[in-house]
Amino acid sequence: MRRIPISALIGLLVTGAFFAVALTAQWIAPYSMEEASGGVWEPISAAHWLGTDNIGRDLLSRMIFGAQVTIFIATAATILSFATGSVLGFLAATAGGWLDQVLSRLVDLIMAVPTLILSLVILTAVDVTNLTLILVMGFLDATRVFRLSRAVAVDITVMDYVEAARLRGEGRSWIIFREILPNALSPLVAELGLRFIFAVLFISTLSFLGLGVQPPLADWGGLVKENSAGLVYGVPAALAPAFAIALLAIGVNLVADWVLSRTTSLKGGRGG
Amino acid sequence: MAETLLDIRNLRIEATAYPPGEPPRNLVLVDNVSVSVKKGRVLGLIGESGAGKSTIGLSAMAYGRGGVRLTGGEVRLNGRDIRLADAAGLRALRGREVTYVAQSAAAAFNPAKRLMEQVVETCLHHRLMSRAEAETRAVWLFGKLGLPNPETFGNRYPHQVSGGQLQRAMTAMALCPKPDLVIFDEPTTALDVTTQIDVLAAIKEAIRDTGVAALYITHDLAVVAQVADDILVLRGGKTVEYGATGQIISDPRAAYTRALVSVRSIEHQEKPDARPILSVDHVTARYPGTHFDVLKDVTVDVAPGQTLAIVGESGSGKSTLARAITGLLPATQGRIRFDGRELSPDLASRTRDDLRELQMIYQMADVAMNPRQTVGTIIGRPLEFYFGLKGEARDRRVQELLDQIEMGAGFAKRFPAELSGGQKQRVCIARALAAKPRLIICDEVTSALDPLVADGILKLLLALQAREGVAYLFITHDLATVKAIADKIAVMLKGAVVRYGRKSDVLSPPFDDYTDLLLSSVPEMKPGWLEQVLKHRRMESAGN
Repeated sequence: MRRIPISALIGLLVTGAFFAVALTAQWIAPYSMEEASGGVWEPISAAHWLGTDNIGRDLLSRMIFGAQVTIFIATAATILSFATGSVLGFLAATAGGWLDQVLSRLVDLIMAVPTLILSLVILTAVDVTNLTLILVMGFLDATRVFRLSRAVAVDITVMDYVEAARLRGEGRSWIIFREILPNALSPLVAELGLRFIFAVLFISTLSFLGLGVQPPLADWGGLVKENSAGLVYGVPAALAPAFAIALLAIGVNLVADWVLSRTTSLKGGRGG
Repeated sequence: MAETLLDIRNLRIEATAYPPGEPPRNLVLVDNVSVSVKKGRVLGLIGESGAGKSTIGLSAMAYGRGGVRLTGGEVRLNGRDIRLADAAGLRALRGREVTYVAQSAAAAFNPAKRLMEQVVETCLHHRLMSRAEAETRAVWLFGKLGLPNPETFGNRYPHQVSGGQLQRAMTAMALCPKPDLVIFDEPTTALDVTTQIDVLAAIKEAIRDTGVAALYITHDLAVVAQVADDILVLRGGKTVEYGATGQIISDPRAAYTRALVSVRSIEHQEKPDARPILSVDHVTARYPGTHFDVLKDVTVDVAPGQTLAIVGESGSGKSTLARAITGLLPATQGRIRFDGRELSPDLASRTRDDLRELQMIYQMADVAMNPRQTVGTIIGRPLEFYFGLKGEARDRRVQELLDQIEMGAGFAKRFPAELSGGQKQRVCIARALAAKPRLIICDEVTSALDPLVADGILKLLLALQAREGVAYLFITHDLATVKAIADKIAVMLKGAVVRYGRKSDVLSPPFDDYTDLLLSSVPEMKPGWLEQVLKHRRMESAGN
């Protein structure tokens, strides 16, 4: 492996830090999530490093627990979307025929409706819990993963080594997991980073609109919503979670960019 | 004595390599090469891939492909060192004094513009002549190059003409600005053998009539012997031998040149006919969704331990026949019998033994192996799959197979990207052998390889046939290869077999027209062969 470029290193560091905070939230947060430990919208102090929120809870603690909620939901949704999207995409590419047609047109149908509107409709109809959020986000995102993995796999299935495996009499699972997957991994890994960030933005959007994570639990989007009224009075509390969302997005993107440029350099493209 | 046009002295060309996982490394591509071309003469540059022939060719216009640097020596064109020229000087030089003809005309033309537009572009850009003059010259060149309807040929788009015509159009493009020197970079390599001879003759005539000097780059000594006055033999960026064409062909001094000249001299004794292991019986096939038979009533046999060569140009249905036999493209009519039992036309309903006994080797070994699997996995998988070999027993057998293909220990852990072209093809052979097949279909297995490497592969295949008694169905467009290994030959044209029989029968007269054309198009390694063939053909057509 070539040396990791400085931008990717920063990205890895930022992303790693966020995940570390999310995993250790219970131990590092100075206060609990619900406890009102000060006045409304107190400024930054030694007791409250980021001040307090709209009902006097410690903002730093809310942020730390919010990271846990945001990252957990986004990660779970991304894993779900990749597990279903890539397997179905590879299946469609290798099987071809009517299976490919049915799956691809179904995906077209879902993608024809804007994701946000579709998920708002679903979430108003069902009970909003973390599980339903993950399922809705995961399956909607899976359509995009399906598109990508099918496109990548279609390129690979016409390779002579896949034909050689078919002539040998290999079953479909060998062809998907041993011949195609290892060669499709790089673009998929790069896409994984981007889809994760879209999931973070998506859950934040939903929470901001009030259909995401339900109080008293809150993710970053929820924190922005709770504190957005303060901006009118010059209270910067809403900016901290917004900043966290932006920072995580940039960090993951830097890593994804690096993975992507490594992929293209394999094909003799940029990054040589 | 003609004036010296191009004079390359002690040329040194370097590039930086970026091997994965290692620090960048400096590579010397061309080392201390000196060569000169006089006005109106043709110099042939010959060598295997990586010999530096294209790199030297491009240095004649002071150009280096991505990251390649001309670091030493002189490149004197018309008396001045063009290595020292600045960007404006180079711009004035390229396309005016030196032009270039690339290997793949299809990739070199802009598909959105008419041919004429592109052929005269350089003349107009350099303000050498008016549009009317340039177009007149282009039409004259089209005629010289034997293109049909030279008056209107330029109105066509690149996709509307054949590959051979496109290659000639690119030659017209290069000759249009009346350059002093043209660089031909493997202009006929991608063409069919029957097309190659026409293009070669056209290029030769155009060179003679325009009095231009040329660098002719190729890996095929027989081709270069037809057009070049002098030949420079290269290997690994160094000069092996430099001399007049006649001397290089008839009296090569260096051992490497002798090997190149004597390549394709494998002697193969034809074996007597026997009960066939594979018989293809009146097979007709078409691709799904089309209404055109790509195979028409094909009947051929392969005897155990023998080789049937399928010959024909591209599009003749050779590879489709292989697909029908393997079941990838189910035949619509006819039967395929293997070892006395009938094979199901469809791949999915064949038994595992049917699949095992019929293996396939591909033209492009690069894409025939999964780049993410090691050689050990690639060869080991058939052992595991067909024979259930695991662990140490499997590794032992892999090593045996590697020994059989004359590759030593340590290769099992390598990835395909870490092998040379010839080694890759050997691994593909080992993978086929691992299944203990009765018949191996070889689809153009040597056509992507350098002549000496291809020779090694053919010898290996013959040795394996003698030892294991495996039969080959050998698909190729190269008649020299056919002569070297076949017991029987089937000549295909437009999906049908036009001539079929024992090698000695097929290759001796009387010939049908197509076989005659095919046989006479294979370049022979003697100067003057091209003229002889063309004269012979003109007489024949006059006689008709």
